[in-house]
Amino acid sequence: MFITKFLEDIGRYFILMGEVFRRPDNLRMYWIAFARDLYTLGVKSLGLVCIISIFVGAVVTLQTALNLENPIIPKYYIAIATRESIILEFSPTMISLILAGKVVYNNASTLGTMRVSVQIDALEVMGVKSASYLIMPKIAACLIFNPVLIVLSMFLGIVGGYFAGSITGMISSTEFIDGLQMDYRPFYIYYALVKTVVFAFIITTVSAYYGYYVKGGAVEVGENSTKAVVSSSLVLIVANYIITQLLLS
Amino acid sequence: MIRVENVQKSFGDNHVLKGIDATFLEGRTNLIIGKSGSGKTVFLKCLLGLHDTDEGIIDYDGRILSEMSKEQRRKLRLELGMVFQGSALFDSLTVEENVSFPLKMFTNKSKAEIAERTNFCLNRVRIENANHLFPAEISGGMQKRVAIARAIVMNPKYLFCDEPNSGLDPKTAMVIDELIKEITEEFNITTVINTHDMNSVLQVGDNIIFLADGKKVWEGTKEEVITTDNEEMVNFVFSSELFKKIRRAARKEQNLP
Repeated sequence: MFITKFLEDIGRYFILMGEVFRRPDNLRMYWIAFARDLYTLGVKSLGLVCIISIFVGAVVTLQTALNLENPIIPKYYIAIATRESIILEFSPTMISLILAGKVVYNNASTLGTMRVSVQIDALEVMGVKSASYLIMPKIAACLIFNPVLIVLSMFLGIVGGYFAGSITGMISSTEFIDGLQMDYRPFYIYYALVKTVVFAFIITTVSAYYGYYVKGGAVEVGENSTKAVVSSSLVLIVANYIITQLLLS
Repeated sequence: MIRVENVQKSFGDNHVLKGIDATFLEGRTNLIIGKSGSGKTVFLKCLLGLHDTDEGIIDYDGRILSEMSKEQRRKLRLELGMVFQGSALFDSLTVEENVSFPLKMFTNKSKAEIAERTNFCLNRVRIENANHLFPAEISGGMQKRVAIARAIVMNPKYLFCDEPNSGLDPKTAMVIDELIKEITEEFNITTVINTHDMNSVLQVGDNIIFLADGKKVWEGTKEEVITTDNEEMVNFVFSSELFKKIRRAARKEQNLP
């Protein structure tokens, strides 16, 4: 029963993707929808990403400093550990998970409400490719803006760590900057951005799937939105493992 | 004209439509009536192509719906206007944006032309000074009229209305019925209305089909509703005392028993 349902979901997901990636009816209207989604899903997440990144960066530095309190270990290792934690895992994965909560709920509930209030049927009857018009701009917005958010998150996480280390005196500014520059691998940024783009695709398409196919009323919209958050988070975690295995091992 | 022949539709073991034949003429207000659960909405969705039929023919002026490709169906839909039961206006768009949406999506008209056509349609349904309001800021009756304006903005050949006056007070419901009838005649549209409102039946029903248990049980005009002896139809239409009195008076006038 569970396997049948799972396979049915997978099949319907790919059918939906087939509908989403169809030639737009009118590029100008898609562009307007894209700009609106860029603002709603991307720009409106800036504040949340900034605050979380600064404070988590600070906490990572403090915790690393406390764990490396040993005269033999040079202090700049604190900065190296902070940098690697933030670039490899915190920014691309944790921020994507946080965005999953916000963006997924927004997408699934918006599309679900449109479905139950027959606004999607209205689009279909007009002749609009509803899946494409409603979902494609959201995917494009997240694919373009999430990497910007993640790069910003990396920067602010490290800045947060820098200030936390300096203010508490656990690591000096010079040692922190030396540590940041030591043994730096640009490939890690590439790895983080690949993860971000894949996660952005998962977040938007899984949420769209759950929202677009809602049946029922307000209760079902809520239930499907919750399912969308859980499912996209699980898929994201599995994808994180697969990408890490493929790119870093 | 829309011609329907032996349309059947099932959902699993549930046979909802059991072979319906009907003809909906242009310039006339065609009504589909029946009790809740009689198959009206499924029939309307089949006509719109939102449900595929299991058997039968739906013919739009020589174009058979079931033989059309997805793209052909999409093109046909540009000739359809639809007024949904709950209006189905886009919440995030203003009244003006709702009405102009199909023009922006499917035509290359200039901004001025779009504004002119939008205002014409809004004036036609007697909506004034509400262009920049959102659907949540206007009354149910106004929402219905905006939905009608949106449905006619592309000059449709076929207009479908699903219970257009549900949830409205009797006076507003009458205004909506009259408006649909006027528009149908003025633009020579083939209009199909799904309803169980008996005021609508007696007021605007040029051609009425009565569905019961997924089958067409009766067909006629609003005048013939009064004189029919079809028991199911009489029981459905004249279920209230008021309508029974109207029927008795009308039959007396026509010297019918």
